[in-house]
Amino acid sequence: MRLTPKSATLLALVVLIALAPVFFPSGFYYRVGALIFVNALAVTGIVILTGWAGQISLGHAGFAGIGAYACALAPVHWGIHPALAVLLGAAVSAVLAWLVGRPILRLKGYYLAVASLGMGILISMVLNNERELTRGPDGIEVPELGLRAVLKDAGLDLSNGQFWYFFCGIVLILGAWLALNLRDSATGRALRALHGSEVAARTVGMDVAKLKLQAFVISAVYASVSGSLLALQNKFITPDVAGFMHSVEMVTMAVLGGVGSVAGAIFGAAVLTLLPQVLTVFAEYEQLVLGLVMVLVMIFLREGVVPSILRKIRGSGE
Amino acid sequence: MSELLQFLLSGVTVGAVYALVALGFTIIYNASDVVNFAQGEFVMLGGMITVMAYTAGAPLPLAALAAVLATAALGVAMNKLAIEPARGAPVVSLVIITIGASIFIRGAAQLVFGKQIHTFPAFSGDDPIRILGATILPQSLWVIAGSVAVFVGLWLFFTRTLLGRAVLATSNNRLAAQLVGINTPFVMTLSFAMSAGIGALAGVLVTPITMTSYDVGLAFALKGFAAAMLGGMGNPKGALVGGFLLGVLEGLTAGYISSQYKDAAAFIVILAVLFFLPQGLFGRKSTDRV
Repeated sequence: MRLTPKSATLLALVVLIALAPVFFPSGFYYRVGALIFVNALAVTGIVILTGWAGQISLGHAGFAGIGAYACALAPVHWGIHPALAVLLGAAVSAVLAWLVGRPILRLKGYYLAVASLGMGILISMVLNNERELTRGPDGIEVPELGLRAVLKDAGLDLSNGQFWYFFCGIVLILGAWLALNLRDSATGRALRALHGSEVAARTVGMDVAKLKLQAFVISAVYASVSGSLLALQNKFITPDVAGFMHSVEMVTMAVLGGVGSVAGAIFGAAVLTLLPQVLTVFAEYEQLVLGLVMVLVMIFLREGVVPSILRKIRGSGE
Repeated sequence: MSELLQFLLSGVTVGAVYALVALGFTIIYNASDVVNFAQGEFVMLGGMITVMAYTAGAPLPLAALAAVLATAALGVAMNKLAIEPARGAPVVSLVIITIGASIFIRGAAQLVFGKQIHTFPAFSGDDPIRILGATILPQSLWVIAGSVAVFVGLWLFFTRTLLGRAVLATSNNRLAAQLVGINTPFVMTLSFAMSAGIGALAGVLVTPITMTSYDVGLAFALKGFAAAMLGGMGNPKGALVGGFLLGVLEGLTAGYISSQYKDAAAFIVILAVLFFLPQGLFGRKSTDRV
């Protein structure tokens, strides 16, 4: 039986998530794993937007901020269950993406990068300054999701780290599955067609602006859910989640792994999440190395690490 | 009245800095279609290198000159090492390269200069000048004069010299410029040198007022970028006017609305321009041939 690339990616992901804990020397690695999954989820959204629809966003952390603070604020102020707050954050992000994207995506060129940059910084500014609501730069506690206690009552006793590792892992698998389905759907094909040539896509009757807008809204929801998961597992969140550097990190992860592929996105997220953990010894050099990695990858592995390697393997096999 | 004037004066001062940064953006954008997010780091380097040379004992004018030249050299190195090898890459890649370069420069600056806040004395003292009940620092006049002088210099360069026209020709049509014998790689080098030098000059002029540290670059880049967008990307006149307008808007926001949200002005401007006036104030409507 030949596996389609879609099922191959999903199967590899499931196996990886299920088996990796066997090799964990300590509980700390569950936490690192969960962080990788959270980042990979947001980066999967970037793949849909940048890899398939060909648009850049430099403000996606703003949506992550909305998702995160929805989980921090809605349960406390309106008595909404944290799980519903995740959906609320996703809905707010989607509406905002639609409002910002609709006028911008009618324009040709890279205006979305600029508009999203402004939007993201405004969001992080509000989170920093509205101290009465968000408590400002010091951050705010996030209520417990409560699912771990439910599982414990059902007889499944997981440590906090284990629970978030598997929970985020499952959400990532779902997110990747949805993205890969989207890729093979009519919308996904249309998106990739317009990435190839906008003019050609328009000539055959595609509503190019609407397709790009759909991609932007979907990717905003991915970022929002990723922000929510980060807030819920840390039980604490600061406005840094919405900062410009976080937006840049997301794009860098996507581009590093290979912006056209979901597998690449997950690889990129893994590398750039692990890098600072490894570099804590050289904390001083973290920015230096991050910047250097970004430049070198863009020059020497333009399509990203995973597609470049795949091409090498296929090329030598022929 | 004097209150309004005061807000306007402080707005014009920061506006002059934004105008310089926006001019730097414009030069590189015109020569290469690259939006150089490392532009703000040139401002930071201008201030920082001056501080270093000055504390090492160099007289201030010499320290400032050294900073501008060193930063210009760095701009050239960035073009040679990071931009030129990626020629022909999609815009996403080029944007990421310049962001990567800016993070790299910031990281290096943190190692070399440390995390402290630095400054050096103003050029003509710190006694404020009174105008109609408002005050302005002599250094602010230096900043404003500096940005106007750079603009006039650039205008003369682009309209009156052969080399300047070669740069304009390259920005219009790279291939055609190459065909008539213009050395386009040299034009790129020159553009990065000028852009970095102008950024550094902005840093030298403004540091006595705002002080500097290794991480000030990002804010300057974003504001200068907003100014360039407002004026119309790629248009030097637009960059100048956009810079001053943005500065004044920020000054008024800080004065009348909220000093916390003064930085928001720039980004609300970006969104408003894109919604209602995507070509900016002075931009031409672009048409594409298929």
